[in-house]
Amino acid sequence: MATKQIVSPLPGTFYRKPAPNQPPFKEVGDTVAVGDVVGIVEVMKSFNQVVAEEAGTVTAFLAEDEDAVMPGQPLVELDG
Amino acid sequence: MSFDSILIANRGEIALRINRAAKGLGLKVIQAHSKADADSLPVRLADQAVEIGPAQAAKSYLAIPNIIEAAKASGAGAVHPGYGFLAENAAFAEAVEAAGMVFVGPKPETIATMGDKVKAREAAAAAGVPVVPGSEGRIEGLEAAKAAAAAIGYPLLIKASAGGGGRGIRIVRSDEELAQQLSTAQGEAKAAFGDGGVYLEAFIDRARHVEVQVLGDGRDAIHAYERECSLQRRRQKVWEEAPSPSLDEATREELCASAVRLARHVGYRGAGTLEYLYDEARRAFYFIEMNTRIQVEHPVSEMVTGLDLVAAMIEIARGKPLPVTQDQVCLSGHAIECRINAEDPTRNFMPGPGTISALRVPEGPGLRFDSHLFEGYLVPPFYDSLLGKLIVHGADRTEALARLTGALDGLAVEGVPTTRALHQALAADPEVRAGRFDTNFLERWLEERAGTLGIGAKGD
Repeated sequence: MATKQIVSPLPGTFYRKPAPNQPPFKEVGDTVAVGDVVGIVEVMKSFNQVVAEEAGTVTAFLAEDEDAVMPGQPLVELDG
Repeated sequence: MSFDSILIANRGEIALRINRAAKGLGLKVIQAHSKADADSLPVRLADQAVEIGPAQAAKSYLAIPNIIEAAKASGAGAVHPGYGFLAENAAFAEAVEAAGMVFVGPKPETIATMGDKVKAREAAAAAGVPVVPGSEGRIEGLEAAKAAAAAIGYPLLIKASAGGGGRGIRIVRSDEELAQQLSTAQGEAKAAFGDGGVYLEAFIDRARHVEVQVLGDGRDAIHAYERECSLQRRRQKVWEEAPSPSLDEATREELCASAVRLARHVGYRGAGTLEYLYDEARRAFYFIEMNTRIQVEHPVSEMVTGLDLVAAMIEIARGKPLPVTQDQVCLSGHAIECRINAEDPTRNFMPGPGTISALRVPEGPGLRFDSHLFEGYLVPPFYDSLLGKLIVHGADRTEALARLTGALDGLAVEGVPTTRALHQALAADPEVRAGRFDTNFLERWLEERAGTLGIGAKGD
């Protein structure tokens, strides 16, 4: 099983949930299909979806909800 | 009330603006900042800087306990909230006062009252300030609706009491349409919002956004004339002017006098702004809401009156009376402000943080650039995209537009995308040059030019 990473496309603030009062897009153990939204990066008050370009199963989140992230920084680790 | 040091609980260009006003009054400046802003110009130019948390605003510029702690630890005598963040948060103003410091702004109860749309509308009505005409509360039967419609006049809107954000609204232009639409609207409101209550409100087509700058010392209040802020995108102001090209002398005096009445009615302290919808066809203005803070576009009012609004609000917070009487506030010339944002207007205003690789700021008579930029500065991705405000002043609107064109041509901000080209296109647009625009103008204008700003387009 190869390990893959989903990286941040932009600098900003990473969110795991669509809104503060909603459940996260994905949890560890969830399967991810190509095109699935796994998080949001807020850059200057503009919200950009982080979309999976590969499929797999989430093994870990490498950035926490509301973490400051940089472009290319790994956010999610996938297996599969 | 007296203090000799001030903590600035904000960032960017407004932090620098407050810094300069405070230093001009001989105050010690303490800058509160997030980790991401440690290298920013407001921090560098402060007498003292205190880190209040990580980059994210929720954990720094919006974290009331952190800011109060920083203010106390640094021995600040007062706190200036700037705009945005906690500027209109009554609990923050209360916390500052409870900690024994002066809040540079209105009393906490004024912030609370004017921040509530229904209470603000009631206060306006009590002060004799016109609000958008409408039915008194909910409308039940058709006969009551017709009577209310006769008093308001067509066209009007049927609005769902529980609606919001533009949903649950129908336009009707006659008694017949009202009869057709009323029960449908009630049924729809019930289905959409679980509440069938509807009310009527005058429909103001092609309204302008005009606002009045006021200054109060808690006892008396004056105005510093109006600003025209109709050029907006997604309800965000893009370009502001003073005075409004749409008002005649009599309407201007009436409008500004109404704002002063409301400011006096609530015992307003500090700088504030009353926003109105202006119906150019009927020459009628209607109060919408009050902003109980200094605004982004305050410089255009300063340029046409010569007042220093930020210094004035600090002096008022120190217990001094209004710096001038109404008679001493004279309207002189015309000013325009363009917001230079780190956004790409040809790519749907996609924001682009990054490092400023080169910066050239135009200088000359009637020019002002309020900005926290410097070459090598890293524009962080965590906050809004405002890079600076280019403000021009001229003897009249024609001269101001000419100066604006030259100033925009002379401005160079490299390393990040900017909205400069949008302003260049607007400054060249015949409708904008003629002062003919309403609050929907810019969205229509952008749609027609679909991402190109019309630059290089034929027959334009």
